[in-house]
Amino acid sequence: MEPAQHPTLTLLTERFGDNILSADIRYGILTISVTQPAIVDILRFLFDHAQLQYRYLTTLCGIHHPEVNQIAVVYQLHSLENNSRVRLKVWLPEDKPETPTVTDLFAGANWMERETYDFFGVTFTGHPDLRRILNVEDMTIFPLRKEYPLEDQTREDKRDEMFGRGMVGSGQ
Amino acid sequence: MSEMDVKVGLAEKPPGVEGAGFFATSLEKVVGLARKNSIWPLPFATSCCGIEFMATMGAHYDLARFGSERLSFSPRQADLLMVMGTIAKKMGPILRQVYEQMAEPRWVMSVGACACSGGIFDTYSVLQGIDRIIPVDVYVPGCPPRPEQILDGIMKIQHLVETESLRRRDSPEYKALLNKYGIE
Repeated sequence: MEPAQHPTLTLLTERFGDNILSADIRYGILTISVTQPAIVDILRFLFDHAQLQYRYLTTLCGIHHPEVNQIAVVYQLHSLENNSRVRLKVWLPEDKPETPTVTDLFAGANWMERETYDFFGVTFTGHPDLRRILNVEDMTIFPLRKEYPLEDQTREDKRDEMFGRGMVGSGQ
Repeated sequence: MSEMDVKVGLAEKPPGVEGAGFFATSLEKVVGLARKNSIWPLPFATSCCGIEFMATMGAHYDLARFGSERLSFSPRQADLLMVMGTIAKKMGPILRQVYEQMAEPRWVMSVGACACSGGIFDTYSVLQGIDRIIPVDVYVPGCPPRPEQILDGIMKIQHLVETESLRRRDSPEYKALLNKYGIE
């Protein structure tokens, strides 16, 4: 199905046409990028709409896109009434990722937003208790941002040249 | 003697002087003998190595044969801290607190690749070996180690317990070791 034929997108475009940046079907799920200020209104519209009834927040997470210096926050919704899913994305600048909380609409978003803050540093304004949830409290980095290395940096027994990285004197 | 007859061995007596009605040896050897054969382990099991430990405690491998049938789930009565599994950095302070609550003399056994070195989890969230926060007496490698290896580790611990000097825990070297880990 073309995304344009999707009834959810049709209804959304009617109401929020200016706020929709792009729409696509990815892995069988309608995926819509929307402008950041409209996200809460769009989620509320999808929640309250008499036919759509997207009332289950399956997941909320972050994705770092260093090539465009942006962090995407992804909301995946499920309409249990229609067994239909939709994925919404907002794009935030890497240096100051900030977006309003959706905990007023979905109480379950509380811990998901804390997780997204913990790993990507996204500030959810209005969140009742925005602090780290999984990592140690005194961590200073947001570890899933790609500028931070995955490996523990305190090990001295692992030398890069033994793992095919940063070859020294190999003549390459 | 049928095959059903099982020989029950007693602990070997330490070297000493023996005569009619008396046996003399050093106090250190007697204490070592007693401690060696009644080690109370505290299992700190966080993942699959803990499953291997459960097999070690079970009837087939039977850790009770080594005098360790009584697990202590309170650190205050435990002699041996057995750390089995991945220790996340967030778990680190808890493990350290458990160690600090144990009374002297205390021993630590690190079971499995993760507890010994972080194992395959070379990542920002995992402690790269418990010896970064507490001193370790015996390392048991493996991912996970078989129960035989854990028993071998227990026997190594038993050897340390048996031969340890009664003065070791008061020595400046031991205090320096603890101070290295920031433990008073």
